[in-house]
Amino acid sequence: MDERADMLDFEITDRDIDADALQRRLESDRAGAYAAFQGWVRNHNEGRDVDSLEYEAYGPIAVSEGERVLAEALQRFNLLKVAAAHRVGHLQIGDCAVWVGVSAAHRGDAFDGCRYVIDELKSRLPIWKKEHYAGGDSGWINCVTGQPR
Amino acid sequence: MPVNDRSGIQVTARYFAVFREQAGTTTESLTTQSTTAAELFAEVSGRHGLEDSIALCKVAINDELAGWDQTLSEGDVVLFFPPVAGG
Repeated sequence: MDERADMLDFEITDRDIDADALQRRLESDRAGAYAAFQGWVRNHNEGRDVDSLEYEAYGPIAVSEGERVLAEALQRFNLLKVAAAHRVGHLQIGDCAVWVGVSAAHRGDAFDGCRYVIDELKSRLPIWKKEHYAGGDSGWINCVTGQPR
Repeated sequence: MPVNDRSGIQVTARYFAVFREQAGTTTESLTTQSTTAAELFAEVSGRHGLEDSIALCKVAINDELAGWDQTLSEGDVVLFFPPVAGG
């Protein structure tokens, strides 16, 4: 990585996401704004009761493409620092599945950059989720329709 | 780049998430006449009953995201990604 290496931080992890620790990585004396997003596991989808979610990623490309997204955000939105983490493994209702945080001089760039990162991560990274339902069955989610297959 | 003669080339296909379950395997070695990633996907999806449209799926070759029209070479490892659903 180039000089941006200390400005961006992306990881795929099978452990709980520590939002406080991630936030501290974004601190900068030049920052006047910090924006963050968390995606949580909810208990329903498309009218069905969901018990838990299983996330699978292909690590090598998830990481390289994730770092590419963060580098794009740094450049496009004039961010100071950006970090993101995505969980894999079996998650329960309320667990944090994905975290994105950015710091910037001003709030407009912070909000816009944060939104860009989560939208791009969702559509570009090789990550998949399988819903486990209250009835005991399960299904892979299609991101295009949001529906079980 | 090797010329794809009648005997075809040897590649490795890897399947993820719903594709892995539909194919019943994570990895297979293939001798194929397919010359592009798209042709190989058509070949294996017909055999394994992979249900998704190519337009919604992604492919990677040797750990780099690739275009479906990318030409295959002897020894390539081709990763077939069903529609992604992170976040």
